[in-house]
Amino acid sequence: MQEKLVSRAKELLSDGTVVRVLGWRKGDTDFSAEPAFFESAESLDEFTYDGFCGANLSKYMIKASKEEGKTLVFLKPCDTYSFNQLIKEHRVDREKTYIVGVGCDGKLDIEKIREAGCKGITAVTEDGDTIKVATVYGDKELKREDVILERCKACKGGKHVAYDELAEGCDEEKPAKEGRFELVEKLEAMAPEERFAFWQNELSRCIRCNACRNVCPACSCIKCVFDNDRYDTAQKANTTTFEEQMFHIIRAFHVAGRCTDCGECSRVCPQHIPLHLLNRKFIKDIDEFYGEYQAGEDTDSRAPLTNFTQEDVEPSIVKERG
Amino acid sequence: MPIDNNENKEFKPVIVAFCCNWCSYAGADLAGSSRLSYPADVKIIRVPCSCRVNPLFILRAFQKGADGVILCGCHPGDCHYSTGNYYARRRMTLLFSMLDYMGVENGRTRVEWVSAAEGVKFSQTMNEFIEQVRSLGKNVRLEDLRCKKN
Amino acid sequence: MYQISREKMPELLAAVAKEMDLFLPVQNNGITNFGFWTEDAKVDLDTLKTVKSPKDAFFPQSEVLYSCYQKANKTSIEPAALKDAPFAIFGVRPCDVRAFDVLDRVFLSEPADVYYAARREHGIVVSLACHEPEDSCFCKTFGIDAAEPQADVAMWQVADGYAWEAKTEKGEKLTELVKEYLTEQDLAKEVEAEKEAIRTLIDKMPNSNLSLEGWGVGKTKERFDDPKWKELSDACLGCGTCTFSCPTCQCYDIKDFNTGNGVQRYRCWDSCMYSDFTMMAAGNNRTTQMQRFRQRFMHKLVYFPDNNDGMYSCVGCGRCVEKCPQSLNIVKVIKRMGGTK
Repeated sequence: MQEKLVSRAKELLSDGTVVRVLGWRKGDTDFSAEPAFFESAESLDEFTYDGFCGANLSKYMIKASKEEGKTLVFLKPCDTYSFNQLIKEHRVDREKTYIVGVGCDGKLDIEKIREAGCKGITAVTEDGDTIKVATVYGDKELKREDVILERCKACKGGKHVAYDELAEGCDEEKPAKEGRFELVEKLEAMAPEERFAFWQNELSRCIRCNACRNVCPACSCIKCVFDNDRYDTAQKANTTTFEEQMFHIIRAFHVAGRCTDCGECSRVCPQHIPLHLLNRKFIKDIDEFYGEYQAGEDTDSRAPLTNFTQEDVEPSIVKERG
Repeated sequence: MPIDNNENKEFKPVIVAFCCNWCSYAGADLAGSSRLSYPADVKIIRVPCSCRVNPLFILRAFQKGADGVILCGCHPGDCHYSTGNYYARRRMTLLFSMLDYMGVENGRTRVEWVSAAEGVKFSQTMNEFIEQVRSLGKNVRLEDLRCKKN
Repeated sequence: MYQISREKMPELLAAVAKEMDLFLPVQNNGITNFGFWTEDAKVDLDTLKTVKSPKDAFFPQSEVLYSCYQKANKTSIEPAALKDAPFAIFGVRPCDVRAFDVLDRVFLSEPADVYYAARREHGIVVSLACHEPEDSCFCKTFGIDAAEPQADVAMWQVADGYAWEAKTEKGEKLTELVKEYLTEQDLAKEVEAEKEAIRTLIDKMPNSNLSLEGWGVGKTKERFDDPKWKELSDACLGCGTCTFSCPTCQCYDIKDFNTGNGVQRYRCWDSCMYSDFTMMAAGNNRTTQMQRFRQRFMHKLVYFPDNNDGMYSCVGCGRCVEKCPQSLNIVKVIKRMGGTK
């Protein structure tokens, strides 16, 4: 499939449809592909599309939209939701974008492969649902199911909600996976003190690297409140536990109703804090209080927090439901 | 601000009340001029509209020492700016739910609609809320220890 | 040389902790970071790489420098107390030990940083050789021997426990303290075998022998305007993962926090990846992510050696290699730019 993507990209470059390509560049190992812009046919020889291309490229389109000319971008099904959301917020320019939808069978998480006991990895090859890992300490075979990214366990399905053309290997009919709110429900069922202990423990590992914020396609403010040195919210470190709570509540709140549940925040967290559980709580509440809503599904509906009805529930519902 | 450190004294919760300029602040005013009593530990912050209050305001109030935070605005349908309080209602519902999810006692936050004519309701609401917060004790789950020194 | 069995290790640690603060790798929900020993802490000496490096022991992510407050119309200023009692840091890897040398160059050169100096003076470093190196390790590139820890006490994993060797006076003192848990034994052969095994493994790691040609002293002009910086930094998110997991990154910011009845002046790590890094009244001298990205790597591989007798300020621990969200890292920089003019 990769060869076809490259040849299609070369075609579109040479006929002048686009002036640059946004995709993934081969890394120095099998598992370190990086997002990259390609501006020439030769440079596309370094293009790759493999199991480790989990990065959501839609946010890079903010940068690309400011450049001259059209950009070809490869988007996986879930990435297209983020892209649509950016369109809705006028952060990217659809006219300057040529989207080729690419298929996805769930992307791999190198950290999970390491956690499964693979050390000193020299090569990773995908063979259908089997992942073969060669290491200095011997070879191992893993099941794809066990080492896919957390977000892929709650896959939204194979449908691209925005594209100009679809590459071979897309399965638009692939169903969404069930049960994305399971962990949220489990937390809701706990006693408040247990929930408090759970989050305090998780958030205590936060090093405030801001990776969750910076990678988030919905976090697209030019100046973030946490970088604004006119307020003392502009902390570079979590000096107290309060600041851990404040940062993560506000981060999740600011994308409430706009978060497409793309899961990038949890993918990039170096400390494996389950940040998606904060975002999913908002999604679940929005679904329950204001009706089912999937951010990024379209480009024109009003987001739940920029909308209202006269019959909305009162905030006291939180206390009443106990 | 003098802070009383005498542990033996009865716990007096600090309440921050965000009141919209057009209804609730006037309601508080009426409560005062009608000589209705509500505890002095309620610190009122006047905002142009309930929807001016962003979630950070609420968190910052807790950081700086509040034990409970209440937001008062015009009744739904009566907003001076037509729809501000509808947005505030959604935001606060989600924020309070998130605080609850993170294990913060859900009795520490509240939204109440108080009109300019409802001085009685204002004082009743404050008395009720302060009782509720008192029963929960000091805010420790959303506290910033730096602000509690000395 | 002494020996300590795996079973006895918790007792030894508890004994140390009774006498002094003990900083060591602790697991929390499957993730290992350095933290203080507590009775129920899940000590983890097996994980090779903690997410954050042990530099927190000497240079914490944030620390209060002084607080001032007003009482009865008088302003009081209270400086933070300096560390004045010994404390131990356990399970530091050889690369991270070298990282302390790098930090020393910065914080102990005149005028010395008193907070750092006090901690450094009282800290006892117990290092553990890397039993199972990882693919992201490239310490050998910088001349570090993962088999030969250069600390106050060196430990090697042997058969059913660890070999223990005091290397400095501080190390001797600590050994005295825990002598009842150690057994004197001739382990020279076992340790030699372990060292051999480690070195063999290190040589099999893909990045152990990177060429540093084109880097180091006097390469500023050659490297600075390289067009490759742009493509290398294109995907950079500008987050602080690399800088905050790095054992040698030493930049910090000083800030004031208004506590409502006073001010706390504190310092915290800063990251050259952040848009407000080295912000001045006149603005910022690096305005693009490419410039920030370049700064980080030029600092580690060119500027620092320039100012420190050729010493690189990267120790090849590989944390940034494993943790960069978009798989950009110093190894890629060294490889792609190496050998080119």
